[in-house]
Amino acid sequence: MAPVSKRDKKEEEEGGNIFQNLDKTSVLQDARTFNDTPVNPRKCTPILTKILYLLNQGEQLGTTEATEAFFAMTKLFQSKNAVLRRMVYLGIKELSTLAEDVIIVTSSLTKDMTGKEDLYRAAAIRALCSITDATMLQTIERYMKQAIVDKNPSVASAALVSSLHMSKTAGDVVKRWVNEAQEAINSDNVMVQYHALGLLYHIRKTDRLAVNKLVAKLTRMNLKSPFAVCMLIRIACKQLEKDGGDYADSPLFDFVESCLRHKSETVTYEAAAALVNLRNTTARQVAPAVSVLQLFCSSSKPVLRFAAVRTLNKVATTHPPVVTSCNFDLENLITDSNRSIATLAITTLLKTGAESAVDRLMKQIASFVSEISDEFKIVVVQAIRALCLKFPRKHSTLMTFLSAMLRDEGGLEYKASIADTIITIIEDNPEAKEIGLAHLCEFIEDCEHVSLAVRILHLLGKEGPKTIQPSRYIRFIYNRVILEIAVIRAAAVSALAQFGALCPDLLPNILVLLARCQMDTDDEVRDRATYYYHLLKLQEKGLIFNYIVDPMQVCLVSLEKSLAQQVHDKVPTKFDLKSVPPAPVVSTTEDTAKETIPEGSISSAPNRIVPVQSTVSSYAEKLQGVPGLQSIPGTLFHVSEPIELTESETEYVVTCTKLTYPHHLVLQFECKNTLSDQLLENVRVQIEASEGYRIVKEIPIPKLPYNETHCAYVVLQFPEQLSLTVTNFGATLRFIVKDCDPSTGIPDADDGYDDDYMLEDVEISISDQIEKVSMDREAFDRAWEAASDEDFTESEDTFNLPGMSGLEQAVTKVVKFLALEPTGLTKVSERSSFTLCLPGMFRGGVEVLIRAKLAVANNGVSMQFTVRSAHSDIAELICAAVG
Amino acid sequence: MEGLLLEPSLYTVKGIAILDNDGHRVLAKYYDPAVFPTSKEQRAFEKNLFNKTHRANAEIIMLDGLTCVYKSNVDLFFYVMGSSHENELILMSVLQCLYDSISQILRKNVEKRTIFENLEIVMLAMDEICDGGILLEADPTSVVQRVAIRTDDIPLGEQTVAQVLQSAKEQIKWSLLK
Repeated sequence: MAPVSKRDKKEEEEGGNIFQNLDKTSVLQDARTFNDTPVNPRKCTPILTKILYLLNQGEQLGTTEATEAFFAMTKLFQSKNAVLRRMVYLGIKELSTLAEDVIIVTSSLTKDMTGKEDLYRAAAIRALCSITDATMLQTIERYMKQAIVDKNPSVASAALVSSLHMSKTAGDVVKRWVNEAQEAINSDNVMVQYHALGLLYHIRKTDRLAVNKLVAKLTRMNLKSPFAVCMLIRIACKQLEKDGGDYADSPLFDFVESCLRHKSETVTYEAAAALVNLRNTTARQVAPAVSVLQLFCSSSKPVLRFAAVRTLNKVATTHPPVVTSCNFDLENLITDSNRSIATLAITTLLKTGAESAVDRLMKQIASFVSEISDEFKIVVVQAIRALCLKFPRKHSTLMTFLSAMLRDEGGLEYKASIADTIITIIEDNPEAKEIGLAHLCEFIEDCEHVSLAVRILHLLGKEGPKTIQPSRYIRFIYNRVILEIAVIRAAAVSALAQFGALCPDLLPNILVLLARCQMDTDDEVRDRATYYYHLLKLQEKGLIFNYIVDPMQVCLVSLEKSLAQQVHDKVPTKFDLKSVPPAPVVSTTEDTAKETIPEGSISSAPNRIVPVQSTVSSYAEKLQGVPGLQSIPGTLFHVSEPIELTESETEYVVTCTKLTYPHHLVLQFECKNTLSDQLLENVRVQIEASEGYRIVKEIPIPKLPYNETHCAYVVLQFPEQLSLTVTNFGATLRFIVKDCDPSTGIPDADDGYDDDYMLEDVEISISDQIEKVSMDREAFDRAWEAASDEDFTESEDTFNLPGMSGLEQAVTKVVKFLALEPTGLTKVSERSSFTLCLPGMFRGGVEVLIRAKLAVANNGVSMQFTVRSAHSDIAELICAAVG
Repeated sequence: MEGLLLEPSLYTVKGIAILDNDGHRVLAKYYDPAVFPTSKEQRAFEKNLFNKTHRANAEIIMLDGLTCVYKSNVDLFFYVMGSSHENELILMSVLQCLYDSISQILRKNVEKRTIFENLEIVMLAMDEICDGGILLEADPTSVVQRVAIRTDDIPLGEQTVAQVLQSAKEQIKWSLLK
């Protein structure tokens, strides 16, 4: 038997793939057969198929090769063989981007497109549109319009879809076909209807009224195509979102809801998902969608179950109580053979589950966790993390579970996500700290991932000294010094130094250990040990605090640049560290925004480490490229949020970004021209600088064609007198208009006329001059105490903030006004008074500490506002600006 | 996660792939230049996709930010990829149409050997189902009609002897099965 089956197999392999081992050169050689007359379809079709197969396999053709093949292929138009002709169309589409002079086949394709053979027409249209550009499109416009309303559905669909593709390059031409598209939407064919709706919406989507009309009409029309209904649901939701506010008596909302009862599952699911994804829905509005999804949960089709549980997962984040009714169905899905479904079911249950159910669920997960792959384990770990934050009292159960998972086999990412979770729990829940640290200590005893060990050691250094019994961690850390590689040893030495700095009673022991580390074979470890040993030996509080416990945070990228500049300039000035902007603050809001990766998804590539570049340094780089802006002294210090100076739907759209340098202010105006029949030249923003400010330079935009965005700049010098810096500038956009042809963008005449356009005022506030600094609460308190001596001045005032409904609102408003990063901001709403601490850095590198004590008063919130700064003017300025 | 409404657009399909039982590409097309722009990235994705799917017959998976629905038969794997927020059921109808059309074209012999024998027709069918990421036709019967062959009426003269025998064998087999 064996030899026979082997031969069979071999035969099969040989016969199985006649396309195996194809050689590009020989296939292209074969393409010469295309030139024979009469054309032999039996020979040519396989050759053409081979060419297309090679292209599909990712073979690269050079321009000459492609062009030669393309021209040989055009000979095949002589053949009447249907398959061959269709393959030629396919070939044209594939080669259109590679070969040159492809427009040569326009007339042949136009002939086929308008010919009698229905089989050719649709495909010819699609091939033709792939080789046509905006200017050529006008010559075939008449045929396209006819094709859109053709009674053959495949022709109409092809024309509609091609129009949509073309609208990317020739939007204006396609816009003229709106009447034809309108007619096609009434077609009996479901696909034509769907495509017509897609094109119609694409043409009209900028015009809200027209879209509203379209939707209103179609919702009454009862579209036949389920795809078209899905599309309509999406459009309706988009409109609902734009209108905002209340959905209660909106006909659009009623339409979406009515689609829940559509006979097609595709539509009902689309409607349910749309309702779930709509913002600001009430639980009652989501409930019908949830009951539809619940039905899907018990479907026999995995796709439907997956779709349902994934959407329920989303509901669980927004309206957890609504999903609880599905808990029973979800629990059945935990054992689903599709692991994505099972994992999603688990995470959904964890989100909605009550505190009492946690133990039971964890048991269920434990039975299942060993069977699933790392990617899904990570998803589960993330769900557990959310659970820990929700039920802090359950931390011991969850922590034990996590440490068990930590001991299992697993890749770096999986382990890192567990460690992350434990770290988050420790940070969030002081009760869990000791247990968490103990688990982590145990983990680093046997951890093969260097980066993870280093992170944990750093954490031990930060958190360990603050525990009741710091000495117990020393052993774990010192073990690392003895047993591990250099990188980990260095991290362990730094952690030891932290203990030495913060626990005076352990200091003698630490000194002994550090002294031993000075004998290390690695330079870095030795350097660190020596550095810390000598600092600690001095036993000087200030030094220890500034150089071990809370070392300075500067933006490393900027520091590197400044130092390079310093070396390059060879100026014998002293390097001023304060000129370097502080490290960018990663605010917690950004963190949540990053989690856009859908749950239940797995990713093959490890999360790419995005090089951390702050907005400041990216702007600094950009400005370096603008001629005329390099000469500004100092480094870029602060970048404001962009502010719109026009309504978003006007002729010219201008947004302003304020860039602060130590002594200069650069206003960047991003201008966009939305008029297709105008070319703007010499575009500049004229600023009416207020008293004290001096305009140093203006950089205009030489040319601003339609639909392009360019930047104009104005450089100003800050006034000497600080109180004048907070002000408003009047702004006007000035430019030369040249009327031009909308389709080509070439101006009609050489000379234009001057025109201007009023912009809204540019406001320069205090927040533009302060950069946020990240600091934890303790560090702030220490800095605050340190700032009480005579070097610092204090400015204090009391304000009444009327019309504030609560503390939370007041805090948000103050933080937003100053655009700083608050320290230790915790649940504000539960208290009646709150102290807000805002550390910052004024331009020029002056430290600013702001403390605002807020308390609920009879009518609003009262605030005691205190500023401490080394510079008295700054303190006064900030105080005054708040009032 | 915050509300994520789908942008109303016809561009539904990010890619279609047919792989063999070793995970090698038979045919594949990617429609979004932002998704796997180079051949190398596409290969890497396919390899990964195949590794994740060839054992578990689960129909749907989310991989690298894409929702992938799949179906396998004998020694072939059919995949349709869409954005992770896309309606999974629409993707499923694309897959179903792809599979059913090919099945009709190959007269229910959906396997690697026959697919290579009819590669040109399969290419045409894929082109009829999806054009540049837009679902062009979801009904397999229409697709088969449009790819220029109606399965039963290729003139006998244009078929090779082997093809005639093959179709005869098929017809006998199917009549027996009924």
